[in-house]
Amino acid sequence: MTVHNLYIFDRNGTCLHYSEWNRKKQAGISKEEEFKLMYGMLFSIRSFVSKMSPLDMKDGFVAYQTSRYKLHYYETPTGMKIIMNTDLGVPSCRDVLHQIYSTLYVEYIVRNPLCVLGEPLQSELFTSRLDSFVRALPFFSVRAA
Amino acid sequence: MARQSTRSTDSKKMNSELFTLTYGALVTQLCKDYENDEEVNKQLDKMGYNIGVRLIEDFLARSSVGRCQDFRETADVIAKVAFKMYLGITPSVTNWSPAGDEFSLILESNPLVDFVELPDNHSNLVYSNLLCGVLRGALEMVQMAVEVRFAQDTLRGDNVTEIRMKFIKRIEENLPAGDE
Repeated sequence: MTVHNLYIFDRNGTCLHYSEWNRKKQAGISKEEEFKLMYGMLFSIRSFVSKMSPLDMKDGFVAYQTSRYKLHYYETPTGMKIIMNTDLGVPSCRDVLHQIYSTLYVEYIVRNPLCVLGEPLQSELFTSRLDSFVRALPFFSVRAA
Repeated sequence: MARQSTRSTDSKKMNSELFTLTYGALVTQLCKDYENDEEVNKQLDKMGYNIGVRLIEDFLARSSVGRCQDFRETADVIAKVAFKMYLGITPSVTNWSPAGDEFSLILESNPLVDFVELPDNHSNLVYSNLLCGVLRGALEMVQMAVEVRFAQDTLRGDNVTEIRMKFIKRIEENLPAGDE
């Protein structure tokens, strides 16, 4: 089991943060392009999924998986979106993503008055804490499954 | 970068008098810096707004409250969870308009005004106007445009402090411009 990469988008679709761990193959497009397409896809999936829902949805879209990887999605009511790609063996990551939001993003970015909200995150402290947090996850392991 | 690493998200005890006095000092300074009370009210609202847009993230992180289904639920969460968490009081929610888009928060006590008496030359000052800004900013971040104002204030001789909130509209999310 392993974690491939992680995106954080704000409510306007700006990619605030990106980091990757065991990502062996790149998409072959520029990162900007990738962020834009990722956000666009999520935006469409999200709205279509809730249109298709037979009942009013609470959490909406949470994850999808392909034969190779699994995308975990978490969104706060303020529109912050955290996306983590892992391989298939990883169970639901909602709690993990919520923790990234509440113990890392809110703690180191929102509570830091010098961090401007809505701009790509510059905080080294945040980046390094996030890195150690992800590396410490039980399903983070360099041995690809 | 010497910050303690594992600060929990539990609410911390803090001296409420220090908080009250700090707020007092802030308002006093604004009164010195600006000519008239309206301008001070506006500044307080603006500061509150900037606090609100950040505070909402903190609130969501701590409270694990999800998206509200309707404005009534929002009112309840504001009164019972948010006010309790940040000011230690639980205002009552009353005076709903028939359409259900407007309500009042009645504050039995307002910790911001514990030591305050408005001088005569500041009759137009809305001392706790920061709260309006906070509420407006926080709700805007969860896609709700609201109008918030003080309807009654114990500082001006009313029996209770009343914050009136009016729902204006839902802010729709849009795909950022320039995206195909």
